[in-house]
Amino acid sequence: MEQIKKYNLNHLRELESESIYVLREVAAQFEKPALLFSGGKDSIILVHLSVKAFWPAKIPYPLVHIDTGHNFGETIIFRDKLCKEIDAQLIVGSVQETIDEGRAVEETGFNASRNLLQTTTLLDTIEKYKFDAAIGGGRRDEEKARAKERFFSHRDEFGQWDPKNQRPELWNIFNGKKNMGEHFRVFPISNWTEMDVWQYIYMENIDIPRLYYTHERDVFQRDGVWLADAPFMMKKPSEKVERLRVRCRTIGDISCTGLTISMADSLEDIIQEIAATRITERGGRADDMRSDAAMEDRKKEGYF
Amino acid sequence: MMQEKEFSSKAYLDMELLRFTTAGSVDDGKSTLIGRLLYDSKSIFEDQLEAVKRASIKKGNATIDLSLLTDGLRAEREQGITIDVAYRYFATPKRKFIIADTPGHVQYTRNMVTGASTANAAIILIDARNGVTEQSHRHTFIASLLQIPHIVVCVNKMDLVDYKEEAYEEIKNHFIAFAAKLAVKDVRFVPISALKGDNVVEKSENMPWYQGGTLRYILENIHISSDHNHIDARFPVQYVVRPQRDEFHDFRGYAGRIAGGVFRVGERVKILPSGFTSTIKSIISHTRELKEAFPPMSVIITLEDDIDISRGDMIVKENNGPRVGQDIDIMMCWMSENPMMLNGKYAIKHTTTDARCLIKDVKYKVDVNTLKKVTDDKSIGLNEIARVSLRTTKPLFYDSYRQNRKTGAIILIDEATNTTVGAGMIV
Repeated sequence: MEQIKKYNLNHLRELESESIYVLREVAAQFEKPALLFSGGKDSIILVHLSVKAFWPAKIPYPLVHIDTGHNFGETIIFRDKLCKEIDAQLIVGSVQETIDEGRAVEETGFNASRNLLQTTTLLDTIEKYKFDAAIGGGRRDEEKARAKERFFSHRDEFGQWDPKNQRPELWNIFNGKKNMGEHFRVFPISNWTEMDVWQYIYMENIDIPRLYYTHERDVFQRDGVWLADAPFMMKKPSEKVERLRVRCRTIGDISCTGLTISMADSLEDIIQEIAATRITERGGRADDMRSDAAMEDRKKEGYF
Repeated sequence: MMQEKEFSSKAYLDMELLRFTTAGSVDDGKSTLIGRLLYDSKSIFEDQLEAVKRASIKKGNATIDLSLLTDGLRAEREQGITIDVAYRYFATPKRKFIIADTPGHVQYTRNMVTGASTANAAIILIDARNGVTEQSHRHTFIASLLQIPHIVVCVNKMDLVDYKEEAYEEIKNHFIAFAAKLAVKDVRFVPISALKGDNVVEKSENMPWYQGGTLRYILENIHISSDHNHIDARFPVQYVVRPQRDEFHDFRGYAGRIAGGVFRVGERVKILPSGFTSTIKSIISHTRELKEAFPPMSVIITLEDDIDISRGDMIVKENNGPRVGQDIDIMMCWMSENPMMLNGKYAIKHTTTDARCLIKDVKYKVDVNTLKKVTDDKSIGLNEIARVSLRTTKPLFYDSYRQNRKTGAIILIDEATNTTVGAGMIV
């Protein structure tokens, strides 16, 4: 017997619908949008949602990767394969080039990272291609400065974010009006949590890099965080390299991606691990530990 | 570490989403309440808790100050206030929740309105010692103005009135008498102590006289599936999908989010503004073909006939159309430091339509504390709410906000600064 029909979406379908709506608004309101692709799960979801939003047409914007030169090799392979599969244009902004041009100076010391330098490359790339909207995978549950971020986040002509002067955002009406030289950052998965992202990957059977699953790797420990060993990683004498089974909970630049000791070999395992974990996913990000307002400061300058 | 029960993905996928807003000031214990909801539903991670512990000690507090969990921007931490709307997330085994956490002072009315615009439910906090105040009036008025379907009144700080039933009953009766004047449909009450945890997540042993559920129980069980309008079918066209590839050569799809009613394949529809009619050929969600679609689904609709349709058009049923017109009355909340210009021109956004408009008249403004209508003052400044008449440059296809929160809402944009300056609910 058929039950009385409830016109009801579950929460993941509602979030999906909201995100697709935002992506279509971007395509409709902006002349030259781009999707910022990092190779991490959040930007992979953005690509997946974009394919869904415009199918059977192709995604109407290119993927932009800001390459620090310190990426995991797997990230680059995955990126190129994905772009080929969905027939998307890929634009790479190179942090190495920014450094070579003298527009940024490499950090020195043990905690040197190119994470902060990405901001210059990102803003240069936006300017070079005249992008007026950059779609990013930021989520409000990630970090407290992000809890107040809008879906459509206005950036001035210097790419800066002014948290105290944001436009009110009501209902699902998005105001993308701007002056010449200004641009928007758009965050379609603002309302997703880390668990939502994993459940969605599971539900939709989305391909993600092997880095997220357990694998053997040379690692060393610094300030309680496991980091991957790589030729450009400077180690203190006390930091011993070990070979362990680890996985990434987030994927960023090698220099600031904390690894989790884990045997999780499937999406089900990962979900169980996330459900049991008591540390936030950015808890392992060296870039956030620099100060209490590290993310807020970077965002003001034009970071992702 | 042993887990009590294995996390169930199936249960997680079945959950509904409830968006609620909390209005109140630090004094009402709003941040403490949110901190308590997050903490007791184990949505706080160890590193977040450690940071709050450090901050509590720095401030000289002996115990963990849960209100610090919701501190956001540096300026807010420095001043000990919330400036903006902050969104927070937690899940219980039954539902997923999004909290729009908004500051409660009168100068933040615009933030309350923003947070309320997407909410299914509002939590109104009342300090048991102070009873129903002007601030409670304001919060309830905004919740009713924004047509939040469910209101939960939390009488907080019950520990400070010795958990007395009389104190709670008096506030409850006072509130019911006041709310009778407003369009609020579903009001529930719960006596709590956010600080001690009474009736927030755990049932209080201090108030055996209270027979109802805890706040969390109420939030988990509010019936929300009927919050959308499922009768009046409205599909604002957002984007036209035309694949430039051979296998979909003749494909022409209209992308959008269902704003009301249910659309089914094979049904007759009318397109506004052209007035042409056609039949729904297919409803597409990626590679899946659906038989029907309802709010708030994002889909692509294709039609049997080749009709020129673009963004801003609306697909409706043949026998059930929206109102169409250029003269519109709205209840408006002004959101800009620059006062509203009577006879001024603004850009207007409504569903997927962009137009311009002229502000013709201010009928009255509402004193948000006393709810009295003021007719002799036509100047509208930041955080003020007024009934305003507009004339738009082209016809809008709209419903009253009461009938449909999607097709009844507009925003006004200052054309010089491009900022959003007004939020309007069509009367």
